[in-house]
Amino acid sequence: MQTHQYDVVIVGAGGAGMRAALEASKDARTAVISKLYPTRSHTGAAQGGMAAALANVEEDNWEWHTFDTVKGGDYLVDQDAAEILAKEAIESVLDLEKMGLPFNRTPEGKIDQRRFGGHTRDHGQSAVRRACYAADRTGHMILQTLYQNCVKQEVEFYNEFYVLDLITDHDLAAEDVPEGVEVNATGVVAYDLATGEIHVFQAKAIIFATGGAGKIFKTTSNAHTLTGDGMALAYRRGLPLEDMEFFQFHPTGLAGLGILLSEAARGEGGILRNSDGERFMERYAPTIKDLAPRDIVARSMANEVREGRGAGPNKDYVLLDLTHLEPAHIDAKLPDITEFARTYLGIEPYTEPVPVYPTAHYAMGGVPTNVQGEVLRNGKDVVKGLYAAGEVACVSVHGSNRLGTNSLLDINVFGKRAGRSAAAYAKIAEFRDLPVDPTVAVVSQLDEMRNRPEGDRVSDVRRALQETMDANAQVFRTGESLNQALADIRELRKRYENVSVQDKGRLFNTDLLEAIELGFLLDIAEVTVVAAINRKESRGGHYREDFPDRDDKNYMLHTMAYRRPTAAADQAEGHVKGYFDHVEEFDGYKVVLGSKPVTQTRYEPMERKY
Amino acid sequence: MTATLEAPETKAGAIPSFEVTLRVRRYNPESEHGEESFWDEYTVTAHGTDRVLDALHKIKWEHDGSLTFRRSCAHGVCGSDAMRINGRNRLACKTLLKDVNPDKPITVEPIKGLPVVKDLVVDMEPFFASYREIMPFLITNGNEPTKERIQSPEDRARFDDTTKCILCAACTSSCPVFWTDGQYFGPAAIVNAHRFIFDSRDEGAQQRLEILNDKEGVWRCRTTFNCTEACPRGIEVTKAIQEVKRAMITRAF
Repeated sequence: MQTHQYDVVIVGAGGAGMRAALEASKDARTAVISKLYPTRSHTGAAQGGMAAALANVEEDNWEWHTFDTVKGGDYLVDQDAAEILAKEAIESVLDLEKMGLPFNRTPEGKIDQRRFGGHTRDHGQSAVRRACYAADRTGHMILQTLYQNCVKQEVEFYNEFYVLDLITDHDLAAEDVPEGVEVNATGVVAYDLATGEIHVFQAKAIIFATGGAGKIFKTTSNAHTLTGDGMALAYRRGLPLEDMEFFQFHPTGLAGLGILLSEAARGEGGILRNSDGERFMERYAPTIKDLAPRDIVARSMANEVREGRGAGPNKDYVLLDLTHLEPAHIDAKLPDITEFARTYLGIEPYTEPVPVYPTAHYAMGGVPTNVQGEVLRNGKDVVKGLYAAGEVACVSVHGSNRLGTNSLLDINVFGKRAGRSAAAYAKIAEFRDLPVDPTVAVVSQLDEMRNRPEGDRVSDVRRALQETMDANAQVFRTGESLNQALADIRELRKRYENVSVQDKGRLFNTDLLEAIELGFLLDIAEVTVVAAINRKESRGGHYREDFPDRDDKNYMLHTMAYRRPTAAADQAEGHVKGYFDHVEEFDGYKVVLGSKPVTQTRYEPMERKY
Repeated sequence: MTATLEAPETKAGAIPSFEVTLRVRRYNPESEHGEESFWDEYTVTAHGTDRVLDALHKIKWEHDGSLTFRRSCAHGVCGSDAMRINGRNRLACKTLLKDVNPDKPITVEPIKGLPVVKDLVVDMEPFFASYREIMPFLITNGNEPTKERIQSPEDRARFDDTTKCILCAACTSSCPVFWTDGQYFGPAAIVNAHRFIFDSRDEGAQQRLEILNDKEGVWRCRTTFNCTEACPRGIEVTKAIQEVKRAMITRAF
């Protein structure tokens, strides 16, 4: 075992983690721990752009952007946070440009901007050009630029280290910690993939920037490595997860594969058509049509397929038509995604429409934070020394449905804020004592998994999980389908107790780590489904066929899900009888739901029409 | 609810399956083979659109959990899974089985020139060390403008090709000079130097060119075009290296 001490430890080296590192490392001794090489992070797969009301190509302002974000999130957005997002967007884009990011340019040499779903001028009048972009590899350029600047600033990285435990001085999942008692994060336990050695990192401040959890679904745009590690680690310590029922299904995944084709394809003029060749979005969103927000487009597509207007031999997808665009325009603006269609489906987008179907894409929910990036342990108290930013976190700027180009923005704005907050806190804070043996839980978990005799295969349990989530908790949900998913998850949890790995070695044992990651996936699927069962309304990415309307009277609240000991009280903070009072018992613990108010500033909830 | 679930393979329009054999070069110092590398052969069932990565996953998940390789995004943008497939460097997630003749065993080996850690995993540190050496970041002097720096679309296009690099090392580990001389910067580092040397906003070209003028720099390139052929992003690597060489002679960039 090795022990390290840093002022600030950042877990995750995607956009949010590296943006935080660039801030924190200016003022504090900082280490970044990442399970991948930084440039492998999934920020690099983001394509279309980063929103900011620069008004470089047409009139725009950050207030319109705030409104679009709030409306796009079906009013479950915390409006103070959305305002910060939209305001600081401008500086964030300029920061990146100064760091060297090669944005596409206007003829005058300014940063070029293009249209994207849900971004409008003057509160929904028409689509506006707000997305700053670098071809269709904006995320790649952000990830590269941030890494380049980390190299310049000599940020210290621990690559291919898996963080497997969060150390806190109170474990809220195991003990009763009364309100008002201070809870501190004191370090993390990590596993060095190359050697199998355990490392303890003691830190004054810890930032979680571990990304999403798309691998709970089968059809997903997410990387194999997006297994919800940070969310699950916080959850296991009894910290709440917020709004986990809201998962975004991106409309245009390559059919059958889930590989993402950017919304930029529609921003540049691409049109969705059904088997009759009809531009069906005209029926669902008459004003902005194909550029409606993702939840609406995904549902419309799934509905076309369900009503028998799907294309292809099995009528199970719709078509993304780019054939009316000039090949030169496609090459200039959408080179990568058109190559995906060629490589993986053998389709030539110049002349043939591309088969697409919704793919699990983004977790709107996550570890709750305030606008400084501090992690909350309930509706109001923070965990001292713990921060989160990016997809792992829930600020909440995305509410129940994120707008395209707002995630690359989120990681930059709130990554920067979390980095600053953590470094400032590290300046005034002291190192806190760690438990006598902080690694005992991780070591025994790894040893047990490694030494378990023959049992279920990790891949069989994972596939079963992903299949039930796709079948029962995807674009359309019902109480019945969600309860089926929950029953399946309970069963799979039992099977997980018996999974075994074949690789018993110490060196680069990815077999072992996949088994550990499956544990994270089960946790995240569990909390996603429990929260979805409880929310008996339809809002943003969460659509309940048995409750098709939005219900502001009873559900205009954030869900907060807590893992608690079986003996703990059945009421969490924000308990609302009949609406947010759900408790679900599992073996050895229970999930207790509560709520948190939505911050509203200037926008009254309205019906969401486009 | 998904396309995949609603389309059992027996339905019309289903993609036919076929058997494919992979011959994988393995190395595991913890196994009975010790420091010797060895070959394993696996036969798995694949489908028309499956990639080499799908076949490797099938092996790992259904046959032999100890088979070790890196992967993440699985669609050619993260750069984790560069490997030597039938003797050519490619990304396993971008190589369709049907395109590498599945009628014969497909050989899969780690990329060359970097120390093998386990099976298909190599030590990437020397590769990233060369990358860091060429100062892969924007260098500017003077005060920052309040808003963005102005750059014409033409100036932006000048280095567009080399911004595509995903640092997968397919190019560097396909280079015969790099195989015999691990000190050579290698194509990827030069590509990333090019990305800044030809960026009109950058003022560090002089320093980078001096670094690359070193005896292990661009002049070791023998223009064999292996790198260009290997690049999964379609970057014209050899051309970029030529442009850096020319800039060094003419100091025009």
